Amino acid sequence: MATTLAKAADGTEAATHAARIEHVSKSFAGPAGQQLVLDDISLDVAPGEFVTLLGASGCGKSTLLNLVAGLDRPTAGTISTDGRPALMFQEHALFPWLTAGKNIELALKLRGVQKNERRERAEELLELVRLKGAHGKRVHELSGGMRQRVALARAIAQDSRLLLMDEPFAALDAITRDVLHDELTRIWRETRLSVLFVTHNVREAVRLAQRVVLLSSRPGRIAREWTVGIPHPRRIEDTAVAELSVEITEELRGEIRRHGQH
Amino acid sequence: MASTETTAKDKDGGDLAGLEAGLDALETVQTGRKPLRQTFVEKILPPVVAIALVLAVWQALVSFKIVDDPTKLPSPGAVWDVLRQAWLQGELLGYIWTSVSRGLLGFFFALLIGTPLGLLVARVKFVRAAIGPILSGLQSLPSVAWVPPAVIWLGLNNQMMYAVILLGAVPSIANGLVSGVDQVPPLFLRAGRTLGATGLKGTWHIVLPAALPGYVAGLKQGWAFSWRSLMAAEIIASFPDLGVGLGQLLENGRNASDMAMVFEAILLILTVGIAIDLLIFSPLERWVLRSRGLLVKG
Repeated sequence: MATTLAKAADGTEAATHAARIEHVSKSFAGPAGQQLVLDDISLDVAPGEFVTLLGASGCGKSTLLNLVAGLDRPTAGTISTDGRPALMFQEHALFPWLTAGKNIELALKLRGVQKNERRERAEELLELVRLKGAHGKRVHELSGGMRQRVALARAIAQDSRLLLMDEPFAALDAITRDVLHDELTRIWRETRLSVLFVTHNVREAVRLAQRVVLLSSRPGRIAREWTVGIPHPRRIEDTAVAELSVEITEELRGEIRRHGQH
Repeated sequence: MASTETTAKDKDGGDLAGLEAGLDALETVQTGRKPLRQTFVEKILPPVVAIALVLAVWQALVSFKIVDDPTKLPSPGAVWDVLRQAWLQGELLGYIWTSVSRGLLGFFFALLIGTPLGLLVARVKFVRAAIGPILSGLQSLPSVAWVPPAVIWLGLNNQMMYAVILLGAVPSIANGLVSGVDQVPPLFLRAGRTLGATGLKGTWHIVLPAALPGYVAGLKQGWAFSWRSLMAAEIIASFPDLGVGLGQLLENGRNASDMAMVFEAILLILTVGIAIDLLIFSPLERWVLRSRGLLVKG
Protein backbone atom coordinates (compact mmCIF):
# COMPACT_ATOMS: atom_id res chain seq x y z
CA MET A 1 0.00 0.00 0.00
CA ALA A 2 1.05 3.55 -0.64
CA THR A 3 0.30 4.72 2.88
CA THR A 4 3.40 5.53 4.87
CA LEU A 5 4.00 6.98 8.27
CA ALA A 6 5.51 10.18 6.94
CA LYS A 7 2.80 11.07 4.43
CA ALA A 8 0.17 13.49 5.62
CA ALA A 9 -3.12 14.45 4.01
CA ASP A 10 -1.72 17.53 2.30
CA GLY A 11 1.72 15.99 1.78
CA THR A 12 3.52 18.85 3.48
CA GLU A 13 4.08 17.56 6.98
CA ALA A 14 3.75 14.28 8.77
CA ALA A 15 0.47 13.75 10.57
CA THR A 16 0.97 13.38 14.29
CA HIS A 17 -2.10 11.28 14.74
CA ALA A 18 -4.46 9.15 12.68
CA ALA A 19 -7.36 10.11 14.92
CA ARG A 20 -7.64 12.55 17.79
CA ILE A 21 -10.68 12.36 20.04
CA GLU A 22 -10.86 15.26 22.48
CA HIS A 23 -13.33 15.46 25.37
CA VAL A 24 -16.06 13.85 23.35
CA SER A 25 -19.50 13.31 24.88
CA LYS A 26 -22.59 11.96 23.23
CA SER A 27 -26.13 11.80 24.51
CA PHE A 28 -29.28 10.51 22.88
CA ALA A 29 -32.89 11.42 23.59
CA GLY A 30 -34.21 8.47 25.58
CA PRO A 31 -37.46 7.68 27.41
CA ALA A 32 -36.03 9.27 30.58
CA GLY A 33 -34.83 12.48 28.96
CA GLN A 34 -31.31 12.91 27.61
CA GLN A 35 -29.24 9.81 28.10
CA LEU A 36 -25.47 10.20 28.31
CA VAL A 37 -23.81 7.42 26.32
CA LEU A 38 -20.25 8.68 26.10
CA ASP A 39 -18.73 10.90 28.76
CA ASP A 40 -15.61 12.98 28.14
CA ILE A 41 -13.62 10.55 26.02
CA SER A 42 -10.13 11.61 24.98
CA LEU A 43 -8.07 9.23 22.90
CA ASP A 44 -5.32 9.51 20.29
CA VAL A 45 -4.48 6.90 17.71
CA ALA A 46 -0.96 7.37 16.41
CA PRO A 47 -0.12 6.76 12.74
CA GLY A 48 0.33 3.04 12.22
CA GLU A 49 -0.96 2.18 15.67
CA PHE A 50 -3.36 -0.68 16.44
CA VAL A 51 -5.75 0.20 19.27
CA THR A 52 -8.63 -1.91 20.53
CA LEU A 53 -11.60 -0.45 22.34
CA LEU A 54 -12.90 -2.99 24.78
CA GLY A 55 -16.10 -2.88 26.77
CA ALA A 56 -19.28 -4.65 27.82
CA SER A 57 -22.64 -4.01 26.20
CA GLY A 58 -23.86 -0.45 26.52
CA CYS A 59 -20.43 1.12 26.84
CA GLY A 60 -21.02 3.08 23.66
CA LYS A 61 -18.05 1.65 21.79
CA SER A 62 -19.95 1.37 18.52
CA THR A 63 -21.33 4.87 19.05
CA LEU A 64 -17.79 6.17 19.43
CA LEU A 65 -16.75 4.40 16.24
CA ASN A 66 -19.69 5.94 14.34
CA LEU A 67 -18.62 9.37 15.59
CA VAL A 68 -15.06 8.81 14.38
CA ALA A 69 -16.40 7.55 11.05
CA GLY A 70 -18.39 10.76 10.70
CA LEU A 71 -21.73 8.94 10.54
CA ASP A 72 -22.91 10.89 13.59
CA ARG A 73 -21.93 14.09 15.42
CA PRO A 74 -20.71 14.31 19.02
CA THR A 75 -22.81 16.32 21.52
CA ALA A 76 -19.64 17.91 22.84
CA GLY A 77 -15.93 17.75 22.06
CA THR A 78 -14.06 17.39 18.80
CA ILE A 79 -12.82 14.56 16.64
CA SER A 80 -10.24 14.99 13.94
CA THR A 81 -8.99 12.30 11.62
CA ASP A 82 -6.33 12.19 8.96
CA GLY A 83 -8.68 11.97 5.97
CA ARG A 84 -11.96 10.06 5.88
CA PRO A 85 -11.62 6.78 7.75
CA ALA A 86 -12.64 3.41 6.35
CA LEU A 87 -15.17 1.41 8.32
CA MET A 88 -15.75 -2.31 8.58
CA PHE A 89 -18.87 -3.72 10.19
CA GLN A 90 -19.77 -6.89 12.05
CA GLU A 91 -21.84 -7.86 9.03
CA HIS A 92 -19.79 -7.92 5.84
CA ALA A 93 -22.00 -5.20 4.26
CA LEU A 94 -20.89 -6.24 0.78
CA PHE A 95 -23.34 -5.27 -1.94
CA PRO A 96 -24.99 -8.46 -3.22
CA TRP A 97 -25.70 -7.00 -6.66
CA LEU A 98 -21.97 -6.75 -7.33
CA THR A 99 -19.29 -9.43 -7.51
CA ALA A 100 -16.52 -9.49 -4.91
CA GLY A 101 -14.18 -7.66 -7.27
CA LYS A 102 -16.78 -5.08 -8.31
CA ASN A 103 -17.46 -4.30 -4.64
CA ILE A 104 -13.82 -3.31 -4.32
CA GLU A 105 -13.91 -1.45 -7.63
CA LEU A 106 -16.90 0.60 -6.43
CA ALA A 107 -14.84 1.79 -3.46
CA LEU A 108 -12.04 2.71 -5.86
CA LYS A 109 -14.43 4.48 -8.19
CA LEU A 110 -15.99 6.51 -5.38
CA ARG A 111 -12.59 7.82 -4.37
CA GLY A 112 -11.83 8.77 -7.96
CA VAL A 113 -9.55 6.03 -9.27
CA GLN A 114 -9.55 5.96 -13.07
CA LYS A 115 -11.54 3.21 -14.76
CA ASN A 116 -8.54 1.55 -16.43
CA GLU A 117 -6.72 1.21 -13.11
CA ARG A 118 -9.58 -0.14 -11.06
CA ARG A 119 -9.52 -3.74 -12.22
CA GLU A 120 -5.82 -4.11 -11.57
CA ARG A 121 -6.02 -2.44 -8.15
CA ALA A 122 -8.95 -4.66 -7.20
CA GLU A 123 -6.96 -7.75 -8.19
CA GLU A 124 -4.05 -6.55 -6.05
CA LEU A 125 -6.30 -5.98 -3.07
CA LEU A 126 -7.87 -9.42 -3.46
CA GLU A 127 -4.39 -10.86 -3.54
CA LEU A 128 -3.59 -8.97 -0.34
CA VAL A 129 -6.42 -10.76 1.47
CA ARG A 130 -5.41 -14.00 -0.29
CA LEU A 131 -8.49 -14.24 -2.46
CA LYS A 132 -6.77 -14.20 -5.82
CA GLY A 133 -9.19 -15.43 -8.44
CA ALA A 134 -12.31 -14.45 -6.49
CA HIS A 135 -12.94 -11.29 -8.53
CA GLY A 136 -15.95 -12.71 -10.36
CA LYS A 137 -17.50 -14.48 -7.36
CA ARG A 138 -20.90 -13.41 -6.14
CA VAL A 139 -21.14 -12.49 -2.47
CA HIS A 140 -23.46 -15.40 -1.67
CA GLU A 141 -20.97 -17.83 -3.16
CA LEU A 142 -18.35 -16.88 -0.56
CA SER A 143 -18.00 -18.25 2.97
CA GLY A 144 -18.33 -15.97 6.01
CA GLY A 145 -14.58 -15.64 6.39
CA MET A 146 -14.09 -14.90 2.70
CA ARG A 147 -16.79 -12.23 2.80
CA GLN A 148 -15.07 -10.46 5.69
CA ARG A 149 -11.79 -10.59 3.80
CA VAL A 150 -13.42 -9.00 0.75
CA ALA A 151 -14.94 -6.40 3.09
CA LEU A 152 -11.45 -5.77 4.49
CA ALA A 153 -10.06 -5.40 0.97
CA ARG A 154 -12.88 -2.97 0.13
CA ALA A 155 -12.12 -0.93 3.26
CA ILE A 156 -8.42 -0.81 2.36
CA ALA A 157 -9.39 0.23 -1.19
CA GLN A 158 -10.57 3.53 0.27
CA ASP A 159 -6.90 4.31 0.87
CA SER A 160 -7.64 5.82 4.27
CA ARG A 161 -4.91 6.04 6.85
CA LEU A 162 -7.31 4.91 9.53
CA LEU A 163 -9.31 1.70 9.50
CA LEU A 164 -12.22 1.48 11.93
CA MET A 165 -13.46 -2.01 12.72
CA ASP A 166 -16.73 -2.65 14.56
CA GLU A 167 -16.51 -6.22 15.89
CA PRO A 168 -15.77 -7.47 12.37
CA PHE A 169 -15.14 -11.09 13.37
CA ALA A 170 -17.85 -11.52 16.02
CA ALA A 171 -20.18 -13.48 13.75
CA LEU A 172 -17.53 -15.94 12.58
CA ASP A 173 -16.74 -19.38 13.98
CA ALA A 174 -13.72 -19.68 16.28
CA ILE A 175 -11.40 -21.34 13.75
CA THR A 176 -12.09 -18.80 11.01
CA ARG A 177 -11.81 -15.92 13.47
CA ASP A 178 -8.41 -17.17 14.62
CA VAL A 179 -7.18 -17.32 11.02
CA LEU A 180 -8.51 -13.83 10.31
CA HIS A 181 -6.68 -12.50 13.38
CA ASP A 182 -3.44 -13.70 11.80
CA GLU A 183 -4.50 -12.25 8.47
CA LEU A 184 -5.40 -8.85 9.92
CA THR A 185 -2.10 -8.67 11.83
CA ARG A 186 -0.17 -9.49 8.66
CA ILE A 187 -2.06 -6.92 6.59
CA TRP A 188 -1.78 -4.25 9.27
CA ARG A 189 1.98 -4.75 9.38
CA GLU A 190 2.27 -4.74 5.60
CA THR A 191 0.12 -1.66 5.01
CA ARG A 192 1.09 0.24 8.17
CA LEU A 193 -2.50 1.37 8.57
CA SER A 194 -3.79 2.75 11.85
CA VAL A 195 -6.54 0.56 13.23
CA LEU A 196 -9.20 1.34 15.82
CA PHE A 197 -10.83 -1.99 16.58
CA VAL A 198 -13.94 -2.36 18.73
CA THR A 199 -14.64 -5.66 20.48
CA HIS A 200 -16.11 -7.22 23.62
CA ASN A 201 -13.73 -10.13 23.33
CA VAL A 202 -10.77 -9.65 25.70
CA ARG A 203 -8.54 -12.27 24.10
CA GLU A 204 -9.16 -10.81 20.68
CA ALA A 205 -8.24 -7.36 21.97
CA VAL A 206 -5.00 -8.57 23.54
CA ARG A 207 -4.04 -10.76 20.61
CA LEU A 208 -4.35 -7.96 18.06
CA ALA A 209 -3.55 -4.65 19.68
CA GLN A 210 -0.59 -2.57 20.67
CA ARG A 211 -2.85 -0.77 23.10
CA VAL A 212 -6.08 -1.93 24.77
CA VAL A 213 -8.50 0.75 26.00
CA LEU A 214 -11.17 -0.39 28.43
CA LEU A 215 -14.43 1.54 28.45
CA SER A 216 -16.83 1.54 31.39
CA SER A 217 -20.54 1.28 30.68
CA ARG A 218 -23.42 3.76 30.99
CA PRO A 219 -21.99 6.24 30.41
CA GLY A 220 -18.93 5.11 28.48
CA ARG A 221 -15.75 6.47 30.03
CA ILE A 222 -12.17 5.40 29.58
CA ALA A 223 -11.59 3.16 32.59
CA ARG A 224 -8.04 1.94 31.97
CA GLU A 225 -5.45 1.42 29.29
CA TRP A 226 -2.87 -1.29 28.73
CA THR A 227 0.09 -1.28 26.39
CA VAL A 228 0.58 -4.74 24.94
CA GLY A 229 4.27 -5.50 24.47
CA ILE A 230 3.90 -9.12 23.40
CA PRO A 231 5.87 -9.59 20.16
CA HIS A 232 4.19 -10.72 16.95
CA PRO A 233 3.35 -13.30 15.71
CA ARG A 234 1.04 -13.86 18.66
CA ARG A 235 -1.29 -16.78 19.14
CA ILE A 236 -4.58 -16.82 20.97
CA GLU A 237 -3.25 -19.62 23.23
CA ASP A 238 0.00 -17.85 24.15
CA THR A 239 0.66 -17.68 27.89
CA ALA A 240 1.44 -13.97 27.74
CA VAL A 241 -1.82 -13.28 25.91
CA ALA A 242 -3.69 -15.39 28.47
CA GLU A 243 -2.10 -13.64 31.46
CA LEU A 244 -2.90 -10.15 30.28
CA SER A 245 -6.40 -11.28 29.29
CA VAL A 246 -7.01 -12.53 32.84
CA GLU A 247 -5.95 -9.19 34.25
CA ILE A 248 -8.13 -7.20 31.83
CA THR A 249 -11.10 -9.53 32.31
CA GLU A 250 -10.92 -8.97 36.10
CA GLU A 251 -11.05 -5.23 35.53
CA LEU A 252 -13.89 -5.58 33.02
CA ARG A 253 -15.88 -7.72 35.46
CA GLY A 254 -15.34 -5.12 38.16
CA GLU A 255 -16.80 -2.49 35.83
CA ILE A 256 -19.80 -4.67 35.07
CA ARG A 257 -20.38 -5.51 38.77
CA ARG A 258 -20.70 -1.82 39.64
CA HIS A 259 -23.93 -1.74 37.62
CA GLY A 260 -25.56 -4.45 39.75
CA GLN A 261 -24.94 -2.58 42.98
CA HIS A 262 -27.67 0.01 42.68
CA MET B 1 -12.24 -22.81 -5.98
CA ALA B 2 -10.37 -19.58 -5.67
CA SER B 3 -6.70 -20.30 -5.99
CA THR B 4 -4.64 -18.80 -3.24
CA GLU B 5 -1.34 -17.07 -3.18
CA THR B 6 1.40 -19.19 -1.70
CA THR B 7 4.29 -16.75 -1.76
CA ALA B 8 3.64 -15.04 1.56
CA LYS B 9 6.47 -13.17 3.18
CA ASP B 10 6.00 -14.15 6.84
CA LYS B 11 7.74 -17.23 7.98
CA ASP B 12 4.43 -18.73 9.03
CA GLY B 13 2.71 -17.16 6.04
CA GLY B 14 2.72 -20.26 3.83
CA ASP B 15 1.17 -22.17 6.65
CA LEU B 16 -1.56 -19.57 7.09
CA ALA B 17 -2.29 -19.41 3.37
CA GLY B 18 -2.74 -23.18 3.30
CA LEU B 19 -5.00 -23.10 6.34
CA GLU B 20 -7.07 -20.35 4.78
CA ALA B 21 -7.40 -22.13 1.44
CA GLY B 22 -8.60 -25.21 3.35
CA LEU B 23 -11.21 -23.21 5.26
CA ASP B 24 -12.38 -21.50 2.09
CA ALA B 25 -12.78 -24.83 0.33
CA LEU B 26 -14.66 -26.38 3.26
CA GLU B 27 -17.07 -23.49 3.67
CA THR B 28 -17.83 -22.60 0.10
CA VAL B 29 -21.23 -23.71 -1.09
CA GLN B 30 -21.13 -25.41 -4.44
CA THR B 31 -23.99 -24.41 -6.66
CA GLY B 32 -24.65 -26.02 -9.99
CA ARG B 33 -27.42 -26.18 -12.55
CA LYS B 34 -30.03 -28.87 -12.41
CA PRO B 35 -29.94 -31.56 -15.11
CA LEU B 36 -32.31 -30.96 -18.01
CA ARG B 37 -34.36 -34.05 -17.29
CA GLN B 38 -35.07 -32.93 -13.73
CA THR B 39 -36.10 -29.47 -14.95
CA PHE B 40 -38.50 -31.13 -17.38
CA VAL B 41 -40.09 -33.33 -14.72
CA GLU B 42 -40.33 -30.54 -12.12
CA LYS B 43 -41.15 -27.49 -14.19
CA ILE B 44 -42.58 -28.40 -17.59
CA LEU B 45 -44.51 -31.61 -16.98
CA PRO B 46 -46.91 -30.33 -14.24
CA PRO B 47 -48.45 -27.44 -16.26
CA VAL B 48 -48.72 -29.66 -19.36
CA VAL B 49 -50.62 -32.27 -17.32
CA ALA B 50 -52.89 -29.56 -15.88
CA ILE B 51 -53.73 -28.18 -19.34
CA ALA B 52 -54.38 -31.68 -20.70
CA LEU B 53 -56.73 -32.32 -17.78
CA VAL B 54 -58.73 -29.14 -18.43
CA LEU B 55 -59.03 -30.02 -22.14
CA ALA B 56 -60.16 -33.53 -21.26
CA VAL B 57 -62.87 -32.26 -18.89
CA TRP B 58 -63.97 -29.69 -21.48
CA GLN B 59 -64.18 -32.33 -24.22
CA ALA B 60 -66.07 -34.66 -21.87
CA LEU B 61 -68.64 -31.96 -21.08
CA VAL B 62 -69.36 -31.66 -24.80
CA SER B 63 -69.03 -35.33 -25.77
CA PHE B 64 -71.32 -36.66 -23.01
CA LYS B 65 -73.89 -33.93 -23.78
CA ILE B 66 -73.66 -32.52 -20.24
CA VAL B 67 -73.71 -29.14 -21.95
CA ASP B 68 -75.19 -29.67 -25.41
CA ASP B 69 -75.75 -26.09 -26.55
CA PRO B 70 -72.80 -25.01 -28.79
CA THR B 71 -73.79 -21.34 -28.35
CA LYS B 72 -73.00 -21.79 -24.61
CA LEU B 73 -70.01 -24.12 -24.78
CA PRO B 74 -68.28 -24.84 -28.09
CA SER B 75 -66.16 -27.99 -28.32
CA PRO B 76 -62.35 -27.64 -28.09
CA GLY B 77 -62.31 -28.74 -31.73
CA ALA B 78 -64.57 -25.85 -32.79
CA VAL B 79 -62.34 -23.31 -31.03
CA TRP B 80 -59.30 -24.93 -32.64
CA ASP B 81 -60.96 -24.58 -36.06
CA VAL B 82 -61.61 -20.88 -35.50
CA LEU B 83 -57.99 -20.40 -34.46
CA ARG B 84 -56.73 -22.36 -37.46
CA GLN B 85 -58.88 -20.36 -39.81
CA ALA B 86 -57.69 -17.05 -38.40
CA TRP B 87 -54.14 -18.33 -38.85
CA LEU B 88 -54.76 -19.49 -42.43
CA GLN B 89 -56.38 -16.19 -43.33
CA GLY B 90 -53.34 -14.45 -41.92
CA GLU B 91 -55.37 -12.54 -39.32
CA LEU B 92 -54.27 -14.23 -36.12
CA LEU B 93 -50.88 -12.52 -35.85
CA GLY B 94 -52.54 -9.23 -36.76
CA TYR B 95 -54.94 -9.47 -33.79
CA ILE B 96 -52.10 -10.36 -31.46
CA TRP B 97 -49.73 -7.70 -32.78
CA THR B 98 -52.35 -4.92 -32.56
CA SER B 99 -52.84 -5.59 -28.87
CA VAL B 100 -49.26 -6.51 -27.93
CA SER B 101 -47.78 -3.44 -29.63
CA ARG B 102 -50.26 -1.23 -27.81
CA GLY B 103 -49.64 -3.03 -24.53
CA LEU B 104 -45.85 -2.89 -24.71
CA LEU B 105 -45.71 0.71 -25.90
CA GLY B 106 -48.14 1.73 -23.14
CA PHE B 107 -46.09 -0.21 -20.64
CA PHE B 108 -42.94 1.51 -21.85
CA PHE B 109 -44.54 4.94 -21.25
CA ALA B 110 -45.73 3.75 -17.84
CA LEU B 111 -42.12 2.77 -17.09
CA LEU B 112 -40.86 6.22 -18.05
CA ILE B 113 -43.40 7.92 -15.80
CA GLY B 114 -43.61 5.41 -12.96
CA THR B 115 -39.87 5.14 -12.29
CA PRO B 116 -39.07 8.79 -11.52
CA LEU B 117 -42.40 9.12 -9.74
CA GLY B 118 -41.60 6.14 -7.51
CA LEU B 119 -38.14 7.47 -6.78
CA LEU B 120 -39.57 10.85 -5.87
CA VAL B 121 -42.18 9.35 -3.54
CA ALA B 122 -39.58 7.09 -1.94
CA ARG B 123 -36.94 9.75 -1.36
CA VAL B 124 -38.83 13.03 -0.77
CA LYS B 125 -40.80 13.05 2.47
CA PHE B 126 -43.22 15.76 1.39
CA VAL B 127 -44.08 14.02 -1.87
CA ARG B 128 -44.57 10.76 -0.03
CA ALA B 129 -46.94 12.32 2.50
CA ALA B 130 -48.79 14.11 -0.30
CA ILE B 131 -49.33 11.38 -2.88
CA GLY B 132 -48.04 8.13 -1.37
CA PRO B 133 -51.45 6.99 -0.03
CA ILE B 134 -53.22 8.00 -3.25
CA LEU B 135 -50.71 6.04 -5.28
CA SER B 136 -51.27 2.84 -3.31
CA GLY B 137 -55.02 3.49 -3.30
CA LEU B 138 -55.03 3.74 -7.09
CA GLN B 139 -53.69 0.20 -7.27
CA SER B 140 -56.96 -1.14 -5.91
CA LEU B 141 -59.07 0.88 -8.37
CA PRO B 142 -59.99 -1.38 -11.30
CA SER B 143 -58.57 0.33 -14.36
CA VAL B 144 -61.75 -0.40 -16.30
CA ALA B 145 -63.21 2.48 -14.30
CA TRP B 146 -60.93 4.82 -16.26
CA VAL B 147 -62.33 3.81 -19.65
CA PRO B 148 -65.48 6.01 -19.65
CA PRO B 149 -63.67 9.23 -18.61
CA ALA B 150 -60.79 8.46 -20.99
CA VAL B 151 -63.24 8.07 -23.88
CA ILE B 152 -64.93 11.37 -23.00
CA TRP B 153 -61.64 13.24 -22.64
CA LEU B 154 -59.71 11.75 -25.53
CA GLY B 155 -62.29 10.16 -27.82
CA LEU B 156 -62.24 6.71 -29.38
CA ASN B 157 -58.62 6.47 -30.40
CA ASN B 158 -55.28 4.98 -29.48
CA GLN B 159 -54.44 7.79 -27.06
CA MET B 160 -57.40 6.73 -24.98
CA MET B 161 -56.00 3.18 -24.82
CA TYR B 162 -52.60 4.45 -23.72
CA ALA B 163 -54.15 6.69 -21.09
CA VAL B 164 -55.98 3.72 -19.59
CA ILE B 165 -52.81 1.60 -19.62
CA LEU B 166 -50.85 4.37 -17.90
CA LEU B 167 -53.45 4.83 -15.20
CA GLY B 168 -53.39 1.08 -14.60
CA ALA B 169 -49.64 0.45 -14.69
CA VAL B 170 -47.97 3.60 -13.34
CA PRO B 171 -49.13 3.09 -9.72
CA SER B 172 -47.87 -0.52 -9.72
CA ILE B 173 -44.47 0.41 -11.08
CA ALA B 174 -44.09 3.40 -8.75
CA ASN B 175 -45.25 1.43 -5.72
CA GLY B 176 -42.89 -1.42 -6.55
CA LEU B 177 -39.97 0.97 -6.57
CA VAL B 178 -41.14 2.63 -3.33
CA SER B 179 -41.34 -0.68 -1.49
CA GLY B 180 -38.02 -1.70 -3.01
CA VAL B 181 -36.38 1.46 -1.67
CA ASP B 182 -38.07 1.06 1.71
CA GLN B 183 -36.64 -2.43 2.05
CA VAL B 184 -33.04 -1.42 1.39
CA PRO B 185 -31.14 -2.57 4.50
CA PRO B 186 -29.84 0.49 6.45
CA LEU B 187 -26.48 -1.28 6.63
CA PHE B 188 -26.03 -0.83 2.86
CA LEU B 189 -26.73 2.89 3.21
CA ARG B 190 -24.20 3.22 6.04
CA ALA B 191 -21.63 1.19 4.13
CA GLY B 192 -22.27 3.34 1.07
CA ARG B 193 -21.81 6.52 3.07
CA THR B 194 -18.47 5.40 4.48
CA LEU B 195 -17.36 4.64 0.93
CA GLY B 196 -18.35 8.16 -0.09
CA ALA B 197 -21.63 7.38 -1.86
CA THR B 198 -23.84 10.22 -0.69
CA GLY B 199 -26.57 12.24 -2.40
CA LEU B 200 -27.07 11.38 -6.06
CA LYS B 201 -24.08 9.03 -6.05
CA GLY B 202 -25.68 7.16 -3.18
CA THR B 203 -28.98 6.91 -5.05
CA TRP B 204 -27.30 5.67 -8.20
CA HIS B 205 -24.75 3.26 -6.74
CA ILE B 206 -26.54 2.01 -3.63
CA VAL B 207 -30.26 2.77 -3.38
CA LEU B 208 -31.36 1.91 -6.92
CA PRO B 209 -29.46 -1.37 -7.29
CA ALA B 210 -30.46 -2.40 -3.76
CA ALA B 211 -34.12 -1.68 -4.61
CA LEU B 212 -34.01 -3.65 -7.86
CA PRO B 213 -35.85 -6.79 -6.62
CA GLY B 214 -38.83 -4.72 -5.47
CA TYR B 215 -38.74 -2.68 -8.66
CA VAL B 216 -38.78 -5.78 -10.86
CA ALA B 217 -41.71 -7.18 -8.86
CA GLY B 218 -43.47 -3.88 -9.53
CA LEU B 219 -42.69 -4.14 -13.26
CA LYS B 220 -44.14 -7.62 -13.35
CA GLN B 221 -47.33 -6.46 -11.71
CA GLY B 222 -47.30 -3.34 -13.88
CA TRP B 223 -47.33 -5.48 -17.01
CA ALA B 224 -50.27 -7.54 -15.70
CA PHE B 225 -52.15 -4.31 -15.01
CA SER B 226 -51.23 -2.86 -18.42
CA TRP B 227 -52.55 -5.91 -20.20
CA ARG B 228 -55.76 -6.02 -18.18
CA SER B 229 -56.43 -2.31 -18.64
CA LEU B 230 -55.83 -2.58 -22.36
CA MET B 231 -58.25 -5.50 -22.73
CA ALA B 232 -60.91 -3.61 -20.77
CA ALA B 233 -60.39 -0.57 -23.01
CA GLU B 234 -60.51 -2.64 -26.20
CA ILE B 235 -63.70 -4.45 -25.18
CA ILE B 236 -65.60 -1.40 -24.01
CA ALA B 237 -64.39 1.07 -26.62
CA SER B 238 -64.30 -1.16 -29.66
CA PHE B 239 -64.44 0.88 -32.82
CA PRO B 240 -63.76 -0.50 -36.30
CA ASP B 241 -61.26 2.22 -37.25
CA LEU B 242 -58.96 1.26 -34.38
CA GLY B 243 -58.05 -2.09 -35.91
CA VAL B 244 -58.97 -5.42 -34.40
CA GLY B 245 -57.05 -6.31 -31.29
CA LEU B 246 -57.81 -9.20 -28.98
CA GLY B 247 -60.34 -7.19 -26.97
CA GLN B 248 -62.23 -6.21 -30.11
CA LEU B 249 -62.12 -9.81 -31.27
CA LEU B 250 -63.87 -10.84 -28.08
CA GLU B 251 -66.46 -8.10 -28.49
CA ASN B 252 -66.99 -9.05 -32.16
CA GLY B 253 -67.56 -12.65 -31.11
CA ARG B 254 -70.17 -11.56 -28.58
CA ASN B 255 -71.96 -9.39 -31.15
CA ALA B 256 -72.06 -12.29 -33.60
CA SER B 257 -73.12 -14.71 -30.83
CA ASP B 258 -70.15 -16.79 -31.94
CA MET B 259 -69.06 -18.56 -28.77
CA ALA B 260 -66.10 -20.25 -30.48
CA MET B 261 -64.72 -16.83 -31.39
CA VAL B 262 -65.26 -15.58 -27.81
CA PHE B 263 -63.32 -18.56 -26.51
CA GLU B 264 -60.64 -17.99 -29.12
CA ALA B 265 -60.22 -14.41 -27.93
CA ILE B 266 -60.14 -15.36 -24.25
CA LEU B 267 -57.54 -18.07 -24.89
CA LEU B 268 -55.39 -15.65 -26.88
CA ILE B 269 -55.59 -12.92 -24.22
CA LEU B 270 -54.59 -15.41 -21.55
CA THR B 271 -51.81 -16.95 -23.62
CA VAL B 272 -50.27 -13.64 -24.65
CA GLY B 273 -50.38 -12.30 -21.09
CA ILE B 274 -48.67 -15.42 -19.76
CA ALA B 275 -46.20 -15.58 -22.65
CA ILE B 276 -44.95 -12.03 -22.13
CA ASP B 277 -44.58 -12.69 -18.43
CA LEU B 278 -42.72 -15.95 -19.05
CA LEU B 279 -40.51 -14.54 -21.80
CA ILE B 280 -39.62 -11.16 -20.28
CA PHE B 281 -40.54 -10.55 -16.67
CA SER B 282 -40.05 -13.93 -14.99
CA PRO B 283 -36.54 -14.44 -16.44
CA LEU B 284 -35.67 -10.87 -15.43
CA GLU B 285 -36.90 -11.45 -11.89
CA ARG B 286 -35.15 -14.82 -11.61
CA TRP B 287 -31.91 -13.35 -12.89
CA VAL B 288 -32.03 -10.49 -10.36
CA LEU B 289 -32.79 -12.79 -7.45
CA ARG B 290 -30.38 -15.53 -8.44
CA SER B 291 -27.44 -13.20 -8.90
CA ARG B 292 -27.99 -12.05 -5.31
CA GLY B 293 -28.39 -15.54 -3.91
CA LEU B 294 -32.01 -14.80 -3.02
CA LEU B 295 -33.51 -17.63 -5.04
CA VAL B 296 -33.63 -20.90 -3.15
CA LYS B 297 -33.37 -23.84 -5.49
CA GLY B 298 -35.11 -27.17 -5.16
